[in-house]
Amino acid sequence: MQIFALDDAAAALNLEVGLPLANARAICPQLQVFDADEAADALALNAIACWCDRFTPLVALDSPHGLFLDITGCAHLFGGEAALMRLMCDVLTAQGFAVSAAIAGTAVCARTITRHVHGRIVRAGEEADAIGPLPVSALGADEMITTGLRRAGLKTIGDVACRARHEITARFGAGFTSLLEQALGQGDAPISPLKPLPDYIVEKRFAEPVATDGVIAATLSGLAGMLVAAMDRQGKGARRLEAGFFRTDGAVRTIMVDTGQPVTRAEVIDRLFRERFGALSDPLDPGFGFDLIRLSASRTEIVVQQQRDLDANVHDNDELAALIDRIAARIGGRRVVVHLPQDTHIPERAVLAAPAQHHLAAAAQAAWPERAEGEPPLRPLRLFERPEQIKVVAQVPDGPPARFVWRRATHAVVRAEGPERVAMEWWRAQGKMLTRDYFRVEDEAGLRFWLYRDGLYDREIVQEEGKAVQPNWFMHGLFA
Amino acid sequence: MTGARTSTLASLRGRIERIESPGDAYMPGRVALGHVEADATLQGGLAVGAVHEVFAEAGRQSAAATGFVAGLAGRVAARRPLVWVRQDFTEIESGALSMSGWAELGLDPRLVVTVRATDVDSALRTAADAFACDALGAVVLEIWGQARQFDLVASRKLTLAAQASGVTGLVLRVAAEPLPSTAETRWIVRAAHSPPAPWSAWGAPVFDAQLVRNRHGPVGRWIMEWKCDECLFSKPAADPQPVAAAPAHRPHQTPALSGQRRAS
Repeated sequence: MQIFALDDAAAALNLEVGLPLANARAICPQLQVFDADEAADALALNAIACWCDRFTPLVALDSPHGLFLDITGCAHLFGGEAALMRLMCDVLTAQGFAVSAAIAGTAVCARTITRHVHGRIVRAGEEADAIGPLPVSALGADEMITTGLRRAGLKTIGDVACRARHEITARFGAGFTSLLEQALGQGDAPISPLKPLPDYIVEKRFAEPVATDGVIAATLSGLAGMLVAAMDRQGKGARRLEAGFFRTDGAVRTIMVDTGQPVTRAEVIDRLFRERFGALSDPLDPGFGFDLIRLSASRTEIVVQQQRDLDANVHDNDELAALIDRIAARIGGRRVVVHLPQDTHIPERAVLAAPAQHHLAAAAQAAWPERAEGEPPLRPLRLFERPEQIKVVAQVPDGPPARFVWRRATHAVVRAEGPERVAMEWWRAQGKMLTRDYFRVEDEAGLRFWLYRDGLYDREIVQEEGKAVQPNWFMHGLFA
Repeated sequence: MTGARTSTLASLRGRIERIESPGDAYMPGRVALGHVEADATLQGGLAVGAVHEVFAEAGRQSAAATGFVAGLAGRVAARRPLVWVRQDFTEIESGALSMSGWAELGLDPRLVVTVRATDVDSALRTAADAFACDALGAVVLEIWGQARQFDLVASRKLTLAAQASGVTGLVLRVAAEPLPSTAETRWIVRAAHSPPAPWSAWGAPVFDAQLVRNRHGPVGRWIMEWKCDECLFSKPAADPQPVAAAPAHRPHQTPALSGQRRAS
């Protein structure tokens, strides 16, 4: 066991990360020890990253203890870089985190500085001067490289930077050279943000946190109007909307709404979110209030403004799509489905239920197999997803059932039609699946059923010595 | 009495009439079912922009009731979209509505949007939303069992929404007893034997449909066959079984239903 992390008091005792616990206890017997919980650390870091989302949408994790924030073009909103950094560090310190921050032209440069100085802002072009005096360990390269550099007598980053690049590359690899160049501001690598950058963001900050539903709803409708105005200028409509609620205590809640067609009206956005809020399983908890509410369109589409013709059909389709969006916002997109025919003759797979938001147009154009004129219905109106096993008395080998027991009730068959033989798709099936013989039967009460026998006599159900064959029968559907 | 006074009186009477019976003053359009006697009893057919209830008394009659509702929906919705709202539970209990079977009934599966609600409350809310959308031809609300959430208030809400938008509502109740409601008509449907055919092509959907409540007329009981090719109900060629004599002119107020009438 060794020390994974320590606080300021422990650091004052000259304890170090990586020191065996026994040695540490020898130095300080009263040492308080807790198990390291890396998963919880990662969660906390993630939560901080979500909170940092209020400063810039581009936040990247630098595991295990760091965050990169791309504040290009954001700093002036908070009164400049220094003010932004102060604000952020104050809030995090108040929450009980130990913070070390720096602002620099490249992410690696800023990170290198945070390892030794807190609160430094490096102007463009001054990177080499800023990090020159720092020890090579601040670069955060592999342990082997750091040791190698120290052994070579290169103690500070300035020392390393003085050497010719090809020497460094030859000894420590190209990866280290590029790291060094990034730290010196001579090259830059993009950070990988936690969340994709939304296309449009509108937000409202509150000097005093808001907690009442009325204010929250009103804010959201105001934001919806602003978002629509912003999208309208570029002829876009939103397909996915996200509302972010930033609580004063740092917790962030994001609520997402998908739509089937691009939304271009504020009332529609407003209504979709109202539906969504009404159906949340764990309602929005304002706690001590929200100090920032944000609405973003994370997926947008170009909207072609069409001249409405007098065809009522087009209008109806729009209304239907809007209804589907509303219902989907409340109960989930997977619960609103349209039906698409599939190219298979296995009854339970013949129809695919697809989310209506995305497949409404496809379903309206789908080509369903023609029904045979003059025939009674050959497929049941109600189909069991999982056929239910039943007990059947039937003629051997291939006869229709004479009587059967389903759900503890006995039905005597008055009329039967069949078999309709459905072979399984051997080119797709994983294991062995038996051929089914389907029968349409009517019982003495006039109820019509769809039954099948699993397997063919003598071919798939082979008679064993001296034993009667017991094929399995299943109830698969009910006819109207 | 001068002419001016007469017209004032008439207009006042008219206003009082409208205040007294807001529901009855509303005479919706009607769609003929195709079954001559039933249409005559219903005074031209099933009312559009109203709520109709179809009951299957036992779970095993659910398919028959579903078929009957499908037929009504097919008649009423014509070529317009249909929203079918149901609970998750019904799928386990009596199978999912199969679009292959729907197409076999001669109906168009392209126009059907199915909503799988988790419970009755959610189903009712969704149905209320759907009722308000006048682009729809019909909304089917399928509820399993004796749902106490579907009370007089819920039923009234749906009826008002249906009247406002002109969407026809069909409530399919499986394994439930009729309770007071604001439905325009109420049916109890059982499966009936398919017509005897000398050849093997039997199995046309035949229903023993009992109209147990009709707000604007008498009730009755008929054997109806759904003609898949023509998409309408009709009288079967020859009744295969004796039916309890269909009461041609049953009195409007039957004792058994008087309580329900008062309640609604």
